[in-house]
Amino acid sequence: MNTEKNIKTLIVKKPLKLDCGKTIKDFPIAYETYGSLNSKKDNAILVFHALTGDQFVTGINPVTNKEGWWSYAVGPDKAIDTNKYFVICSNVIGGCMGSYGPSHKDPDQKIFGTNFPVITINDMVNAQYNLLDHFGIDKLFSITGGSMGGMQVLQFISNFPDKSKTVIPIATTSSHSAQNIAFNELGRQAITADSNWKDGNYTSNDTNPGKGLAVARMAAHITYLSKKGLQEKFGRKLQEREDLKFGFDADFQIESYLRYQGSVFVDRFDANSYLYITRAMDYFDLAKQFNGNLSEAFINTNAKFFIISFTSDWLYPTQENKDIVIALNSIGADVGFVEIESDKGHDSFLLDVPDFLSALKNFLDKSYEEN
Amino acid sequence: MKNEFQVIADLIEKDKKVLDVGCADGTLMKFLKDNKNINIRGLEISKEKVQECIAKGLTVIEGNAEKDLKQFPDKSFDYVVLSQTLQAFLNPELVLDELLRVGKKAIVTIPNFGYWKVRFHLLFKGTMPITKTLPDEWYNTPNLHMCTIKDFFHFVKSKDIKIFKSLALNNLNSSIINESNLGVKNLFADLGIFLIEK
Repeated sequence: MNTEKNIKTLIVKKPLKLDCGKTIKDFPIAYETYGSLNSKKDNAILVFHALTGDQFVTGINPVTNKEGWWSYAVGPDKAIDTNKYFVICSNVIGGCMGSYGPSHKDPDQKIFGTNFPVITINDMVNAQYNLLDHFGIDKLFSITGGSMGGMQVLQFISNFPDKSKTVIPIATTSSHSAQNIAFNELGRQAITADSNWKDGNYTSNDTNPGKGLAVARMAAHITYLSKKGLQEKFGRKLQEREDLKFGFDADFQIESYLRYQGSVFVDRFDANSYLYITRAMDYFDLAKQFNGNLSEAFINTNAKFFIISFTSDWLYPTQENKDIVIALNSIGADVGFVEIESDKGHDSFLLDVPDFLSALKNFLDKSYEEN
Repeated sequence: MKNEFQVIADLIEKDKKVLDVGCADGTLMKFLKDNKNINIRGLEISKEKVQECIAKGLTVIEGNAEKDLKQFPDKSFDYVVLSQTLQAFLNPELVLDELLRVGKKAIVTIPNFGYWKVRFHLLFKGTMPITKTLPDEWYNTPNLHMCTIKDFFHFVKSKDIKIFKSLALNNLNSSIINESNLGVKNLFADLGIFLIEK
């Protein structure tokens, strides 16, 4: 839905066979870069975004005019130091910030809507791999990302075992749990139940399922926070009123906050993309691709892994991150792991959590020194 | 670096793969990595210590030896090191078995409760001993299963664990322990260092 001129795009000529069986070609991948690639081309970090992220990692997003989603972690002198590293991030296919997705037109010039092929995490990383050729990078210094970004990290190193020196999956899982799928389904149902969704053809009908998408975002947003964090920030505080109003307006601050989160999300995100990307997450089960043995996914790589989880993350809890550590240890891989203490829930990886940011920085900088 | 670590490092040949269980701030790991080209991993329970290791560029897994050693395959390390921690586990026997499963060899060091100063302290003061290697009070010590060099010596023998080398450490002096001098070493060493295999 965003076709602004500020979006850099790579047109992938090479046909890409998707997991669903269909093949796409001549399709766009929208990307952004930060810092500069050195002459040895050994300082590139590929960052993968989460469900509602995009290629605008840091600085001001030229489309939304808001701070990039990982501004705390990426930038000059930050954990991922753009004075030192060349950071590349692209919008996932299925997304809505310029990469090939359901708001694009099919070869007959009709907007895809739900006729866009169902994509997977595997398809996303296979599409993004083309960026390495584009920049002439033989081997990345690192790949990283949180949440769905972490899933792409795991899939990428499994598909391309010798293409990154270090691998940093954050607050993620190797297999979407029943609870994860359940929350995503709730979001999808909210969208498709909105009468303005029109079976996905809202653009041609000049409508927008904004209410449904906002509810989807509100429900998801709760899963990104912790009970303790919510209680400390909002408690039972009332929203600009002295007492309860005995009605259904937003009496409580938490209600108002969620409504706000829902409404701003609608301005920047496409409802069909939300369906497609959540589906990709639900289909993600890396072990299943290797007959149930997750270790096999990493058997061919010599990369150095560093896995990070957060104490209050109940969406992708520490144990699911540790399962990846266990799979790596069982094949003698080089893997470090730390669980960061934080009350900020799953969103911790996006926020100013000093222990997290210093661990990330130290791991990267020390690994780069050893290069 | 403390003398204990120097003695441990001397037991390990160059270019080996080593797991340091309870690696703390990574001092021994860093020494082994820099000086003996050791492929070194650590396991550490304290979040702060894990951060210190990461800042040194060391590969560390945050975890608990009693639960997290089981993820490592049999004999996946040339050496597994456990420094002055065995007595702090709920089930030291299980941890010892795990060390010897994961490592081709294990290096275990124990603060010696048979050390003369410890005996003296209990005998004459009548209170729980506090020494350089046992610095905590009875109510806040992490140590649950104190033993003497003699106890440990007999324990590993009874489990058919092979002792390659056992050393008694007292300040800067290390000396070999054997069956015949066991009683003396048990009195004059504050630390025992054992290189074992099963």
